[in-house]
Amino acid sequence: MIKNILLVGVGGQGTLLASKVLTHGLMQAGYDVKMSEIKGMSQRGGDVSAHIRFGDIVHSSVIEKGSGDLLISFEQMEAFRHIPYMKKNGVVILNNQVIHPVAVLAGKEKYSENLITEISNTLETKIIDATEEAKKLNNPKGANILLIGATIKILGLTDINWENSIKANVKPKFVEPNIRVFNRGMNLV
Amino acid sequence: MNKIENKILMTGDEALARGAYEAGVLFASAYPGTPSTEILENISKYKEVISEWAPNEKIAFEACAGASIGGVRAVCAVKHVGVNVASDPLFTFAYTGVTGGMVLISCDEPGMHSSQNEQDNRNYAHFSKVPLFEPSNSQECLDMIKIAFDISEKYDTPVIIRVTTRVCHSKSLVKIGERIDIEIKPYKKNINKYLPVPSVSRNLRKKIEERMKKLKNFSENTELNYIEKSKNDSKIGVIVSGMSFNFAKEVFLDNATYLKLGFTNPLPDSLLDEFYRQVETVYVIEENDPIMQSWVERAGYECIGKPTFLPYGEMTPDVIRSAVYGEKLKQVEINTDLLVSRPPAMCSGCPHRGFFFELSKMSRKKDTIIAGDIGCYTLGFAEPYGTMDYIVCMGSSFSAAHGTQKAMEAAGKDTKVIGIMGDSTFFHTGMNSLVEVLYNNGKVICVILDNRITGMTGQQGNPGSGININLDASPEIDIENVVRALGAKNVERVNPNDLKKVRNVLEDAYSKDEPYVIITDWPCALKPMGERDYEKYGQDLFKTKYFVEEEKCIGCKSCIRVGCPSIAMIKDGKIATIDNSCVGCSICEQVCPTKAIQISDFKGLNNITQKKPDFFS
Ligand SMILES: Cc1ncc(C[n+]2csc(CCOP(=O)(O)OP(=O)(O)O)c2C)c(N)n1
Repeated sequence: MIKNILLVGVGGQGTLLASKVLTHGLMQAGYDVKMSEIKGMSQRGGDVSAHIRFGDIVHSSVIEKGSGDLLISFEQMEAFRHIPYMKKNGVVILNNQVIHPVAVLAGKEKYSENLITEISNTLETKIIDATEEAKKLNNPKGANILLIGATIKILGLTDINWENSIKANVKPKFVEPNIRVFNRGMNLV
Repeated sequence: MNKIENKILMTGDEALARGAYEAGVLFASAYPGTPSTEILENISKYKEVISEWAPNEKIAFEACAGASIGGVRAVCAVKHVGVNVASDPLFTFAYTGVTGGMVLISCDEPGMHSSQNEQDNRNYAHFSKVPLFEPSNSQECLDMIKIAFDISEKYDTPVIIRVTTRVCHSKSLVKIGERIDIEIKPYKKNINKYLPVPSVSRNLRKKIEERMKKLKNFSENTELNYIEKSKNDSKIGVIVSGMSFNFAKEVFLDNATYLKLGFTNPLPDSLLDEFYRQVETVYVIEENDPIMQSWVERAGYECIGKPTFLPYGEMTPDVIRSAVYGEKLKQVEINTDLLVSRPPAMCSGCPHRGFFFELSKMSRKKDTIIAGDIGCYTLGFAEPYGTMDYIVCMGSSFSAAHGTQKAMEAAGKDTKVIGIMGDSTFFHTGMNSLVEVLYNNGKVICVILDNRITGMTGQQGNPGSGININLDASPEIDIENVVRALGAKNVERVNPNDLKKVRNVLEDAYSKDEPYVIITDWPCALKPMGERDYEKYGQDLFKTKYFVEEEKCIGCKSCIRVGCPSIAMIKDGKIATIDNSCVGCSICEQVCPTKAIQISDFKGLNNITQKKPDFFS
């Protein structure tokens, strides 16, 4: 059995760190893991996505459209954009955040207010106010790790030593704050 | 499930770097370019290796060739178009061969994730007659580059490793090893090998044929080329190399017998015969050109390759699936009308913005053609600036503009022709481009947007930046001095955030019927700043913020038209607002007609990453 997880967001949201923590834990648990990052022009406000696939033996590092099990999105529009990657019974974990693309900032295009409804009408969706929740825990940048906490709970992977994976991927002084948001994420679903 | 011990997740780029290190490489050189950049960035972390950014790929290759002649193992890693630049030394070095092993890593971009074209650089191996490796995952990257160095020395030839974006940027599990220490080979002058005058080269040319014959033997016997039998006795055969192997397995699983090729120049004829004895219907799956397909067909076998599989783009599982079975996986539909794209934009505080803002106003009023170049400033073509007519390739803008200007002149028009490039591009091949204008009495306005760094590929140092690949201080080559030394008379250096000055300089340049060089001078907002930057550009550099005093805002959108991602319209589009991603470039303040935009008292670090980002192109 192979599971396909898609992590999407906007440059600067910590998508890539989140995917590092997740893949590190999966690997420690003995899974074969492959991951592919599409960073495009992420530094300049473009979209970022990471494809993560794990199981006994994984061949391709990219997720085919129509095969995603879990879509973790740090932003509404990015979740919506990536729905075609999902299976019909796939699950979306959505950080309830909106980041306006430049055309919207300039008033040339509209950012639909109904995206959440659109998303949750198509796929099973768990909405998490990750940015707000992380702020409450004094770690405003921790929304990414908070969502990973929620993710592993949904995947039933709580037995893995995730603290190790956080330690392996963040600077010592950020370990504690990240473990805090991670645990909060687990408790939110 | 087996515990996967002692393995770590690595990208192909990281594994190539690790492999080069383990192979005892002593010298590594590159010019950045997606998806190759991280190879040198990772090699540079190994202090045993001399790692350098070269001004361009030709220079990087030449430095590696020289290091090889000097007796050490050397590696050069560039993006696909970089091999075009490096091709001149490649073709001759293929004749002379090596002393220390030399590997050229070509990072191709089928699908063009962040490139101007796609080209299949396996052709270069066939064209220049050098051996070729095609790893398909990170472990193979690490293992193959080590073998590549042995092959290079054993067969006396440079070697090419061809990887693609998905190999470079995908992570998979890797078992790492130890570095071997290779003794530096004592230098011995040998002009019959290294001095390719025609009499020598004719001998070297013959040697290449002998070399290829021996390598054919290697290709037939190496474990890198193998047949993987179908577990279900399927008579379907798949011939495949590189990342396509993983993609094909995703679709055919155990229902095919694979001829997996890791060493692909020269290709193994006997192994192909053996393969065809086991299979009936054969698919050749390769990204871009039908190179293996032509080989199979030349051998007299039938196969399904191009055009069933498109000759462009990636051979991802969905592409293979629809080519073979005429179907895709079922997809969930969305209302695409609601999608808003997220095209890249110049960052908040980007020093290119002020220049393009003024140029867009000027060039709309006056008959102008603008030749662009390759870098973050390419975004000057887009809204709201629209200030670029064409691009050829890196370093081309002044010379191409020169040709256009001569053509305009021939047509009896006095159109102003402008060429625009960045500092890294100037040192890459732009200096020659400027020489063309100056030497041939051109009249082009040559603009060098100096943001003190190679921005587009992730803030690498270049000869003008004053930092090297390890972010240590390095000699700093002053662009203005270079330009003046070349003989340019009209040279103006300007702060691009000072709109009025930019306007004045542009007006002056438009008024002259001579070559005119404009150098804008302000650092990239993402540059790793050093003391020198703060001394030169002020202690406040990127630490100030602006805000909109709402009562004064008349909603005229002048500030929106500078195209900054920190500015938005709120309250039904009646009032502008600036969020805290502002880093204080002050351009919006300068265009506000009511002085509604003001500097805020807030001081402190902004939320742009001021350190070297650990990712991207
Ligand atoms: C021949 C070639 N080599 C490398 C690249 C990759 N590349 C694209 S933009 C760029 C950097 C341009 O830097 P600079 O001219 O300083 O402009 P900036 O991005 O900083 O504005 C590079 C190296 C390329 N496209 N073509």
